[in-house]
Amino acid sequence: MTATMTEGAVPPAQAAHRLIRRKRLLALAAPVLVLAYLAYAAFAFDLAGVAGRARLDNASVLLQDFWSYKTHVTRPNRGAGAGGIEVAIEGSRNMTYAAGDAPGWIAPAPGGATVDLPGGKVVTFLPDRRLQVEVPDYGTLKIVTTDGGIVLDAPQGPLPDWISASDTRVGLTPDRGSRIAVTKSKTEVFRRSPGWELFFFTLDSEWHPLSWGERLAALTQPGAAASMWHDFWTNKVWHHGDVAWAMGETVLMAFLGTIGAALVSLPLSFLSARNFSLGFVSRFATRRGYDFLRGVDALIWTVILSRALGPGPLTGALAIMLTDIGSFGKLFSEALENIDRRQVEGLRATGANGLLRARWGVIPQVAPVIVSQVLYLLESNTRSATVIGAIVGGGIGLLLTQSIVTQQDWEDVTYYIVLIVLVVMLMDSISGRIRRRMIRGD
Amino acid sequence: MTDTSIHPAPVLTAAITARYLAAVRGRRIRSAVLLALFCLLFGWSWLVANDRNAGGFLAQLPGFFDYPAELLSETAANLARLPAIMASKIPALIETINIAAVSTLVGGAAGALLALLATRALAPWPALVGVLRRILDVTRAIPDVVIALVLIFVLGGGPVPAMIAIAFHTTGSLGKLFSEVAENADLRPVEGLASVGAGWTQRMLLAVMPQVAPNWLSYALLRFEINIRASAILGFVGAGGIGYELRNAIAWGPGRYTEAAGVFLLLFLTIVAVDQLSGMVRDRLIRGNAA
Repeated sequence: MTATMTEGAVPPAQAAHRLIRRKRLLALAAPVLVLAYLAYAAFAFDLAGVAGRARLDNASVLLQDFWSYKTHVTRPNRGAGAGGIEVAIEGSRNMTYAAGDAPGWIAPAPGGATVDLPGGKVVTFLPDRRLQVEVPDYGTLKIVTTDGGIVLDAPQGPLPDWISASDTRVGLTPDRGSRIAVTKSKTEVFRRSPGWELFFFTLDSEWHPLSWGERLAALTQPGAAASMWHDFWTNKVWHHGDVAWAMGETVLMAFLGTIGAALVSLPLSFLSARNFSLGFVSRFATRRGYDFLRGVDALIWTVILSRALGPGPLTGALAIMLTDIGSFGKLFSEALENIDRRQVEGLRATGANGLLRARWGVIPQVAPVIVSQVLYLLESNTRSATVIGAIVGGGIGLLLTQSIVTQQDWEDVTYYIVLIVLVVMLMDSISGRIRRRMIRGD
Repeated sequence: MTDTSIHPAPVLTAAITARYLAAVRGRRIRSAVLLALFCLLFGWSWLVANDRNAGGFLAQLPGFFDYPAELLSETAANLARLPAIMASKIPALIETINIAAVSTLVGGAAGALLALLATRALAPWPALVGVLRRILDVTRAIPDVVIALVLIFVLGGGPVPAMIAIAFHTTGSLGKLFSEVAENADLRPVEGLASVGAGWTQRMLLAVMPQVAPNWLSYALLRFEINIRASAILGFVGAGGIGYELRNAIAWGPGRYTEAAGVFLLLFLTIVAVDQLSGMVRDRLIRGNAA
């Protein structure tokens, strides 16, 4: 026995050494190859160029806008509204404070107003297009707008780099949270405040001026809750109602696509499972069909379907459904091939026909696999539906791309991201709970 | 004692049978009602989706195959040009594959590290396990298109935003799967190494890695397949690669359908090829080295 084994072969010790040497080489070669590939990719992606082109100022705008908002205090220097002071959040027309309602850090004064900025800085709008800025540790700046140009009167010495001045424009950036800009057409002061402005109630809502305590107390009055809900739901700045619908559309796409695909591919998978198939032809045809549906991919399906059906949740749902019929068909038929034949045989012995055998002999065996796959894809399709929505123009994906394209409503972007993450995590936990219950049985 | 337990049996079985049947009936009614509710919800959802779509399904059905038909007929007329068009899109395809490969490698490495740190039995800082798991959940929940679009604003268009976005998502999903595999690893080699004074890194590399490597690699390959699709889609929203070519091709519309068909075909062939290849490799990894 041993003679036949070692005959003409290397001694075991040598073979073992050779094996170890090969493994050691592999252990060294794999990381080297990966590193070489990453180095190639760094060149292919032009990493150095990206570092040069990166707009870090964009990043800082974005990060600030995520959690804070600007209030604009504006005085037009010419035209119809010259001399009047307007206070508006983000300079937006539908977020303009009514006279006398402005935040506490803006105090009206004869012919102008006084604006307190963080760090003890005070900006005073004076009559005759004059502006005075007092900065502690620096001094007082006076800016006068005349028809000839803008004149800056600064303390002695060279101008610090937070001041930029020319004949037509003076800009001051005394700190991160505030900015002052004077042009011939208008004088503006910006001040950042933390939070998402007017998230619950807009300025025209009767509930806006109240504190949360007062709002809670008001809830006891009849009709107050409905009115609050109405003002919140139709909020003209955040559009909560529309956002909820969009989020609903996205979940709808995922739900219809996943469940629809499961319902279609369950009967189909019987045709493609080796132990149920009607023959080689049906098996081959259905299997290649799944490969085709999966290979074409959601992206191409989305493009083709949106040509035919136009943008919207139905297009997204059908695109998800077509791709997932491919994945489910494959998974389900594999599950069917792995079942225990004995239960089916037992049913056959009692005289049950094919449908009954499938219902009582097969489905109970594959149900846990099917349900857990469907639930898993349901969760991951909620994410896909966001992406598909961005392409076809439906659901939260559309809102997201729209607000990113405008490049200024970053607080909306944050809102949508938070919403998507919450919904996906909710789907995750619901599907996990159902899966655990199904597998444990009840 | 024995008397009572044997003689009233017929009465008892009848009662039990009745109760059993009642329970079964109740259960059947409950599941029938649930099923009916579910069917109603499902049907109603289709109606809502149809309603909110730009074009209704039935209204648009006659023209459903117009676009594919035009695409195919124009391509058939220009069949000779198709190979050249496909060849001209190869660089874009390579970019898409590179995005997927790099993000799988980077995300896989980050996911592996986080998975080991978030596996209760292996974690060097058990107090952090819960926090790390929540972090993995969040990275998994953020759709990659969101990160890609935000990064395109900061970094400009191109493959890097897409790569980072996909890598981020890959970290979360592979991290979860990896940690599920690592949870089932045999702890005896780890304890053996610990008893001879090996550090955490050594224990992970020499005791855990050899056990989990086949499953981890298999999951990473599966992820690579998914990432190729994702990177094609992100190209469509502006991150370069074959998706970008696809968007341009379909934006041109009639007259350039051959271009679109070429990109479709190339993407289709790539996805099928990668699926088949990785399926074969995964089979080998899981079933051992038998080819």
